[in-house]
Amino acid sequence: MILTDLILILMAGALLSWIVGKWSPVGARIISLLALAVDLILTLTLLNVPVPSGTQWIVNWKAEWIPALGISLHLATDGISVLLLLLTFFIGIISVVISWKEIQKKVGFFHFNLLMALAGVTGVFLSLDLFLFYFFWELMLIPMYFMIGIWGSGEKTKAVYKFFIFTQIGSFLMLVSILTLYFIHGSQTGVYTFDVIQLTGTKAAASTMFLIMSGFLAAFFVKLPIVPLHNWLPDTYTAAPTAGTLLLAALLSKTAAYGLIRFIFPLFPAAAHAFAPAGMILGIVAIFYGAKLAYAQTDLKRLIAYSSISHMGFILLGVFAFNQIAYQGVVIQMLAHGITIAALFILAAVLSQRLQTRDLNQMGGLWEKAPMMGGIGLAFAMASLGLPGLGNFIAEFFILLGTFQAHTVMAVIAVFGLLASAIYTLRMLQRIFFGKLKTELRFKDLTVRDGFVFASLLILIVWMGVYPRSFLNISAPAVKKTLSVHQDQMSETAYNSVTTFSFSNQIFETKNLR
Amino acid sequence: MTATDILCLVPVLPLAVGPLIIMIMVAIKRNYELTYGITLLALLLGFAFIFYTIPFVPHSIGPLFVIDHFSLFFLGIIILSALLIVLISYGFIKKLSGFKEEYYIILLTATLGAALLAMANDFVSFFLGLETLSISLYVLISFQKRKRLSVEAGVKYLILAAASSAFLLFGMGLVYVRFGTMQFDQLAAQLIYPVHLSPLLLLGFGMMLVGLGFKLALVPFHAWTPDVYQGAPTPVSAYIATVSKGGVMAVFIRFFFAVHGYQNHVFFIIISAIAILTMLLGNFLAIRQKNLKRLLGYSSITNMGFIIVILLIGNKQGVQASIFYLLIYFISTIGAFGVLSVLSTEDKMVETMKDVKGLYWRKPWLAAAMTFSMLSLAGLPLTAGFIAKFYLIFEAVKADILFLVFVMLASSIISLYYYLRVVTAMFSKTGEEEKTYPALSFSGGLALSFISVVILFLGVYPGWLIEMLIKFVGL
Repeated sequence: MILTDLILILMAGALLSWIVGKWSPVGARIISLLALAVDLILTLTLLNVPVPSGTQWIVNWKAEWIPALGISLHLATDGISVLLLLLTFFIGIISVVISWKEIQKKVGFFHFNLLMALAGVTGVFLSLDLFLFYFFWELMLIPMYFMIGIWGSGEKTKAVYKFFIFTQIGSFLMLVSILTLYFIHGSQTGVYTFDVIQLTGTKAAASTMFLIMSGFLAAFFVKLPIVPLHNWLPDTYTAAPTAGTLLLAALLSKTAAYGLIRFIFPLFPAAAHAFAPAGMILGIVAIFYGAKLAYAQTDLKRLIAYSSISHMGFILLGVFAFNQIAYQGVVIQMLAHGITIAALFILAAVLSQRLQTRDLNQMGGLWEKAPMMGGIGLAFAMASLGLPGLGNFIAEFFILLGTFQAHTVMAVIAVFGLLASAIYTLRMLQRIFFGKLKTELRFKDLTVRDGFVFASLLILIVWMGVYPRSFLNISAPAVKKTLSVHQDQMSETAYNSVTTFSFSNQIFETKNLR
Repeated sequence: MTATDILCLVPVLPLAVGPLIIMIMVAIKRNYELTYGITLLALLLGFAFIFYTIPFVPHSIGPLFVIDHFSLFFLGIIILSALLIVLISYGFIKKLSGFKEEYYIILLTATLGAALLAMANDFVSFFLGLETLSISLYVLISFQKRKRLSVEAGVKYLILAAASSAFLLFGMGLVYVRFGTMQFDQLAAQLIYPVHLSPLLLLGFGMMLVGLGFKLALVPFHAWTPDVYQGAPTPVSAYIATVSKGGVMAVFIRFFFAVHGYQNHVFFIIISAIAILTMLLGNFLAIRQKNLKRLLGYSSITNMGFIIVILLIGNKQGVQASIFYLLIYFISTIGAFGVLSVLSTEDKMVETMKDVKGLYWRKPWLAAAMTFSMLSLAGLPLTAGFIAKFYLIFEAVKADILFLVFVMLASSIISLYYYLRVVTAMFSKTGEEEKTYPALSFSGGLALSFISVVILFLGVYPGWLIEMLIKFVGL
């Protein structure tokens, strides 16, 4: 079964590279690369599988796990998760490549953790059983703990506890919600199951559903993160080794965004609608707060970390706009942000490794010394601030367009977020590459390996910006289906509230598309 | 006594006969390996006979004992834990100075006591089992006679346990005065709910709770735990944390369910308060703890708090979940103590954070076993502890005691901190000083690999065990 294979290959690769790493560090690296490459190719073959009509699932597979408690191994993939899987394996490969020189101690165990974390991420993107989802959600944490705790730098111990405890609180609240939903559904229908498909359409008092949803939101909001819960992020991103930062920023935050799309709306349509305005406001707060703090940073890695918070705000905004355009934007934003943030963090790592500092005050004028690096930096800074022709522009444009239909005022405010991101991004670029040269060290430009890494990232981000349809077409059926499932239930529940406006808007739009 | 009576007692017979054989043997000639072998054999036979007994249950033996699936499961857990502890004891006890064969004799009698508790259905058998267990424990705890801490711990335990036994007896007496019977099911028959409990009866039950609370180290009767765990020889600490608690927990659950304690408002509030305090306080005390044996002592307090939550759930499914949890907690705890005891020698005990610092770089396999145990205790996925904790919380949510669920979750979050601290210490870089550890004995290695495999296996494939519990265990 191809979906279980994806996870098992990673786990087997993890064990193998741990064992081989004892004798040959290079062996461990090559095994990791191979495992990820095989997964990438397997996932690419999924793109050619026709989607069965009347469903969004490209592959849908179910087997018993703990039948006594209604727990099954239900794995499925649709257009959205396939794209995220591709991102996962691609970032995985990049992480292995950039760790080639950076990680020199306990190489085997490092790659064990890297692949196990990726296996957890893969599982999260594939699970359609809430227990299984929770299982993989928790599984991502331990390898991350080791990666930061052993190979991190600075105040890594403090960072790692903060990270662990923050995310764990969120996860536990989600666990209570999962169980409550399970028992409500069970007592109503007599079928006790964690299967998301069967749980869809569970009805209970509006306030109960809202509370249950809040548990899920807590877990997703911590990991995304939204602003009052972001406290762990800058410390953790900064303390982690580069590969760990990539995993955290490019992939783990996406698992939260994915959870919002996959679970919140299908499971709690009415409650989600009621929460939508608040969700959008949280998104806007994140956009501006992240941007403001990014502007104030002098530590390059922290600056990028805060910019990530700002960009995740757009995802939150789009998710709560409930329409196809915004959702397509969110999907592209997940991919584009994953790639851009990875590139920026790698750039930060390359710079700080050469300068022995991440302090922006000690950089400046590096363009003359390293024009290639400057060019790459410029390209990804432009991507990050949303220059047309690059992936992030499409994403943020779609999100704003969708939001405009759902809630005009919010969209208008959020547009200024683009301006804010332009300000801090350009300032960062200015401080690093222009102005007076401050360093006396001999400064090498990009190595060939770095060049390949950046080139591959750049190709993708340009492709996404110039020809986004190749990605949008993959996710379109899934997005449509996700929203329509949710609309059917909305009409069933005869829900009337303040959000009727946005809701009717959305029906209008889908009718048009049909 | 009928043939069936004897058949049902077969699993505990080796535990009773084993010590006798060893005693005679020791009187003729001391031989460590042979003693060890006979102990293992007795426990293995006991474990094997459990399966042989299954077709004959449920069955009562006179008024004193009842053998049902519940007692058999507990018997299985107790004997298995004792077996693992014997395996991890081998190397450590062997290197002790002085006589060491007695260790195994007393360990078997203690296990016999715990096994009797699992089958007890009457105050008489209850107290008999408990004292067999406790008196054996006094000796086991102070087994390192030359160590001041060990003797001190033994004396402490002796005084406090004797006092708590007095409480227990007094309580039993008061209950007897009211009902004129000492049998659990006859008591249950006379207590038709809702019933107004007279002050006399309340006092009786309350005093019993004090006695039991002491043995299980529930807050506020927990104060002896850290000192005793630290002072006792490491395998014995594992024994106190697991086998002795298993036996007492079995009889506690049976008695509490027999008298339908969860239906009584007063008991519900008292037990809730004890559970909450136990879950939280144990954790707070563990946070700054640098001695691993004390830390595991606090961890055992917390875990007992988790398990007594099922007394409040008050149904069959809760008991099933708690047996699963108990089994996993036992195995993980024995794993953790096991690693400490295979690393220790009499002169150089390995018990502080500093002692295990950087263990991963010196003894990777042992560090891995310790990591699995810690992650399992912390309840992280891919380990059995994750499933166990999930299962218990699952039942608690089902029983709609959400305030306890939140305490359980809060306690889990706090506990993550100190379990992970141990893992961090093992993986952190060491200083230059060279640490020497004794060579790992075959049996220690066997036990630790078995424990690690079980932790991982049940973490991925727990369905069959849960199904077995659901199919068989009731009360």
